[in-house]
Amino acid sequence: MKEFVELWMYLSATPLFGLTATLVVYLITHRLYTAWGQPPWANPVLWSVLILASVLLATHTAYPVYFSGAQFIHFLLGPAVVALAWPLWQRRQLLRTHGRALLAAALIGGAAAAGSTWLLGSWLGLPREVLLSLVPKSVTAPVAMGVAEQIGGIAALAAISAVLTGIVGAIAGKYLFDAIRIPSPAIRGFALGTASHGIGAARAWQVHPDAGALAGLALALQALITAAALPLAVQWLK
Amino acid sequence: MQVLTGFTALLVAQAGGELLSRFMQSTLQWTLPGPVLGMLIILAALALPSGRFIAEPVSQAAEPLMTHLSLLFIPVGVGVIVHLSLIAAYGWRLAVVLILSTLIGLLTTAWVLHKLWPQSTQPAQPSDGGGTA
Repeated sequence: MKEFVELWMYLSATPLFGLTATLVVYLITHRLYTAWGQPPWANPVLWSVLILASVLLATHTAYPVYFSGAQFIHFLLGPAVVALAWPLWQRRQLLRTHGRALLAAALIGGAAAAGSTWLLGSWLGLPREVLLSLVPKSVTAPVAMGVAEQIGGIAALAAISAVLTGIVGAIAGKYLFDAIRIPSPAIRGFALGTASHGIGAARAWQVHPDAGALAGLALALQALITAAALPLAVQWLK
Repeated sequence: MQVLTGFTALLVAQAGGELLSRFMQSTLQWTLPGPVLGMLIILAALALPSGRFIAEPVSQAAEPLMTHLSLLFIPVGVGVIVHLSLIAAYGWRLAVVLILSTLIGLLTTAWVLHKLWPQSTQPAQPSDGGGTA
């Protein structure tokens, strides 16, 4: 037992642990998700986060120790945002023909998400710093972090609320769209990319190619719109 | 090789974006995050007459990043354990705000697009090949 503890202490202190654990847990949860026919509640991000967080808490492993390995995955978020140029470029024809409708939906939808966050949060009495960290949560994590920093929020909290927002959207989307009777995969995908960024888009990609394409487009548009407009809007509101 | 070239192009664009972001902050007091500027740099490069040279490498590097996008959010998500005290203090209020505002965002976007975009003109297939599915 003592040897095992020593071995664990050695292994868990190297970057190998965080990196390997993240990949293994993700592969398992993703495999189960696919095997069960991709039900929204089996969302692999949600379960991976829950499992890894429980493991860290149960083994008293500090987050920085885990992150020393997981950072190699985390780093790819930046290049992934840059790579959004590709879906945007691929759909340029669609943007040319239906740009106005898509842009209007992205602007109004993005404003509704950020505005309702602000109003609900103030109404429930959240402190200003927390509020400012929540407002950019509809965009992909690295962008949300950058925007939150600029408007005076906490970057780490912004990133976490972005991830949670993505998970909520990916889980609720199907039921919500079924309830309001919008069957079009293109519209569903676009809404998922707008309100719940990369995690919603990942869900859309898995379900339908049209939904995925429009989600990628919406995700890129929303990153641009939020990054450009939100700091200005917050400044104007002050 | 194409993947490596494409990934390098993404990193070069991101580095350029970070520099530009700092520069805009100091001159304009307003900026965009580095990766977003990097995305604009790649878009500009694709739009150039010589853009077809980077189109294939960029698409090959973008493909795996897009397909496994959800994996990339896990390290940040696990960071929730650092903020357990904050969550304990505002837990249910945070949950209400996060859930309701996300539903409102989804509903509004879908509804606006449903009104503005006639179903007959929606794509049956992705518009110009490739595919991110």
